[in-house]
Amino acid sequence: MKKTLSIALSFMAAAMALTSCNNSNQKADATATVTRESVELSGAGATFPLPFYNVIFEEFGDVNGDEVAYGGIGSGGGVRNLKDGIVDFCGSDAFLSDEEMLEMPAVVHVPTCMGAVVLAYNLPDVKDLVLSGDVVADIFAGKITTWNDPRIVTLNKDAKLPSDKIIPTYRSDGSGTTFVFTDYLSKVSKEWAETYGCGKSVNFPVGQAAKGNPGVAGVISQTKNSIGYVGSEYAFAQGIDYAALINSNGETVKPTAESISAAASGEIPADTRCSITNSDAKGAYPISTFTWIIIYKEQNYSNRSLTQAQATLDLLNYVISDKAQKMTSAVNYAPLPAKAVELSKANLATVTYDGKTIAQ
Amino acid sequence: MSSDKTFRVLLFTAALIIPIIAGGIIYSLTADSYDALRHFGFLRFLFSSEWSYTDGAESYGALPFITGTLLTTALALLFCIPFSLPVALFVGEYYKGTKLAATLSTVTDLLAGIPSIIYGLWGFYTLRPIIIWLGISDEGSGILTASLVLAIMIVPYAASLSAEFIKMVPNELKEGAYSLGATRLEVIRKVVMPVAGPGIFSAYILAIGRALGETMTVTMLIGNTNNMPSSLTCTGNTMASIIANQFGEAEGLRLSSLIAIALMLFLITAVINMIGKILIKRARIA
Repeated sequence: MKKTLSIALSFMAAAMALTSCNNSNQKADATATVTRESVELSGAGATFPLPFYNVIFEEFGDVNGDEVAYGGIGSGGGVRNLKDGIVDFCGSDAFLSDEEMLEMPAVVHVPTCMGAVVLAYNLPDVKDLVLSGDVVADIFAGKITTWNDPRIVTLNKDAKLPSDKIIPTYRSDGSGTTFVFTDYLSKVSKEWAETYGCGKSVNFPVGQAAKGNPGVAGVISQTKNSIGYVGSEYAFAQGIDYAALINSNGETVKPTAESISAAASGEIPADTRCSITNSDAKGAYPISTFTWIIIYKEQNYSNRSLTQAQATLDLLNYVISDKAQKMTSAVNYAPLPAKAVELSKANLATVTYDGKTIAQ
Repeated sequence: MSSDKTFRVLLFTAALIIPIIAGGIIYSLTADSYDALRHFGFLRFLFSSEWSYTDGAESYGALPFITGTLLTTALALLFCIPFSLPVALFVGEYYKGTKLAATLSTVTDLLAGIPSIIYGLWGFYTLRPIIIWLGISDEGSGILTASLVLAIMIVPYAASLSAEFIKMVPNELKEGAYSLGATRLEVIRKVVMPVAGPGIFSAYILAIGRALGETMTVTMLIGNTNNMPSSLTCTGNTMASIIANQFGEAEGLRLSSLIAIALMLFLITAVINMIGKILIKRARIA
């Protein structure tokens, strides 16, 4: 009761109401591999993977007869909901820090797909802009102020760069995209790390801000000489001009599904909690990131049933399956590298209900 | 129970619900802003221009946003007067009762019915490129851009109420002035304005109330930066727009700070509206 009540109070109330109307147990007939009852799962969190989750959660529902409701309320909100025990899983663009993990029962991080942050720009005469990490940091720090700055010209010898002022654009709302972008800037520029740091909200010293990826992309498309950072899933879908970056191996890399996946081809820790920005892997796009689903290791909380715990695991195993991963590119994300899938399978096997491992 | 009694009970319950909701809003705003106000102290929160997210050294102050709100509102009011006052005089005095006046006042009132997102889009796609083209600001967004669109939004509020008060000026007074040989302009300056003045003033107060809380349009046009505005063309944030921008991902001290800003905005708007209502009452009695 407490659980339903608090969910109803949360932002997802509307979404829940919509999906629960057509909840049907007869779909269970279609179940080929699963022998349990179908249940309703609810999750909340990051908006970045939302288009991917919408597609695969529906697909999962069609196969297993379960209803999965996911509310895109932001990573922070999702983690809060998991802490309150009112969701089965939460989505987050940032892994939990060691301090955060101490505040709650043990959790399992499962990377679900990969994305990147791209630098979108509006220069009608320049098609293939190339930038390096330190140049990007200095543009957003207000140190490089015009497009024909010698440091940009050296990287783009053949381009017709205007002498106009650069207009940086950033996110006005707290966002995982900002976190990933500033995490990268902090790695490539010591000065950036010391002055502005990295976080979901950062006080950029110059330019203007807009809300959400659509807001930033809108400002860029309407403002000549502007540059800003946008989630790759949004930029790819919208066909915006974006820059290639020079990675830590000195390669010039455009963000693509392959170059984003390549960023995670290096070492990954067993719990998959790692930042892969500025990756030294070959052919890696340097501002790439995982997005995670986080669940409790002990699944018996808030009166959840064993069936619900099984369904949660089924869902996550489905998300990292080949079938689901193949769908990433259709919605403009990049698939997980094999190593990350392997580690996740091992991590999911450690999940328990009442201290006993769950049959999968 | 007689139907009359039932009706009365229903009526009282319905009437009670609204004050209860208003009280609830004030209570939750106060309760949730307590953390921020206690941590920073009321005066420091009010007068600090720092809005810094750094972990462990978070510091939030409302001054840039209060300044942004006051600047956009004041500018909007300034830009709105040259449009709303002529409309009011046209409708209420010069062409009083004619079809032309009725058409003009309908068109003006129509402006009030347009959703704010439409104003925002218009400002973003039409006005903003003009501002850039004129070289007023490189970003195009900013306090000036937001104020210009706000001004158009509040014209109908100021104009239609002002027109009502101008219409209410007794004919005997005006006829008396004309019989003494006053010109039309003199009648307006010496008779209509002094009599309708308090009413017109209250119309503008209510328009201010509208401009203070406007969120969507401002968020789309002001540039959303947390700095203290250094000029009228630079970017900034208002109390409403910072809440709209940051509420989603905020937690802890920042969430509490945003709610404290909401409380301040609530109080300012309430006081402004109250002053407007009192002035209207006085103007009507006179």
